[in-house]
Amino acid sequence: MSKTEITAEPGIPMIIITREFDAPRDLVFRAHTDPDLLAQWLGPRDLALTIERYEVRNGGAWRYVNTDAEGNTYGFHGVFHGDPSPDAIVQTFEFEGAPGHVCLQSATFAERGGKTLMRTVSAFQSVEDRDAMVASGMERGVHDSGERLAELLARLQAS
Amino acid sequence: MSVKAPDRFDAVFAALSDPTRRSIVRRLAEGEATVLELAEPFPISLPAISRHLKVLEQAGLISRNRRATARLSRLEAEPLREVTTWLARYQRFWDESHERLDDLLAALQADEEQVSCHDPAATAKGDDDEQD
Repeated sequence: MSKTEITAEPGIPMIIITREFDAPRDLVFRAHTDPDLLAQWLGPRDLALTIERYEVRNGGAWRYVNTDAEGNTYGFHGVFHGDPSPDAIVQTFEFEGAPGHVCLQSATFAERGGKTLMRTVSAFQSVEDRDAMVASGMERGVHDSGERLAELLARLQAS
Repeated sequence: MSVKAPDRFDAVFAALSDPTRRSIVRRLAEGEATVLELAEPFPISLPAISRHLKVLEQAGLISRNRRATARLSRLEAEPLREVTTWLARYQRFWDESHERLDDLLAALQADEEQVSCHDPAATAKGDDDEQD
């Protein structure tokens, strides 16, 4: 089974996410640019996603809002830079809970043997911005466990 | 000494970026140990082990105290808990999103196949085959 790889190195304000999907790249691209499809997968199941705006073109704006079970809302918005294509979707990303802390994201889709490798590079303005994003922007209640520790150590060991 | 969490992450990750120090952390997860005990599996000098212990101590990952003549090192769980929780939340967000995307992509591809089965051209071709 495919696994989402997240790389966040100390001292470098970036996050790189890679994941392989068992689908052609045009379809994976469509799932990222068609708001009706995006709303069906982005975020955990217990967070509702409302897409208010999704103008998939050079200079087009997007905005969506996550709502959790308690009714708390988390807004995000940004702008597409260049016409999005399977070669690259380049966009800014800003969590409305931390205005002004804008991140630049670039997603690429490479097809090989009917599968698509997606790679998303997020460049933050500072390591602090990145850490705050990871810590609070997409916060979820996750129970800590020894298993998580073992996973971390295994991951560090492998790298 | 109190360092706010994000600053401490850098020290914790840097401390864990070394294979010898990760081995020491795993050993200490089993219980306290002296420098001699910790040095035993490694082909490096005691002062080198002591330097590794100092890095781990500065990151808050271990504490050291003297019992009788031996100086014992012990694992401090809190910084590890903080960084694993920090990573785990973000990892979980994307794991779950991408699993949902897997399901969606599978459903979309199944739909496309179904559409091509009902394609009039495909049906016509099927009829031709039957006539043969």
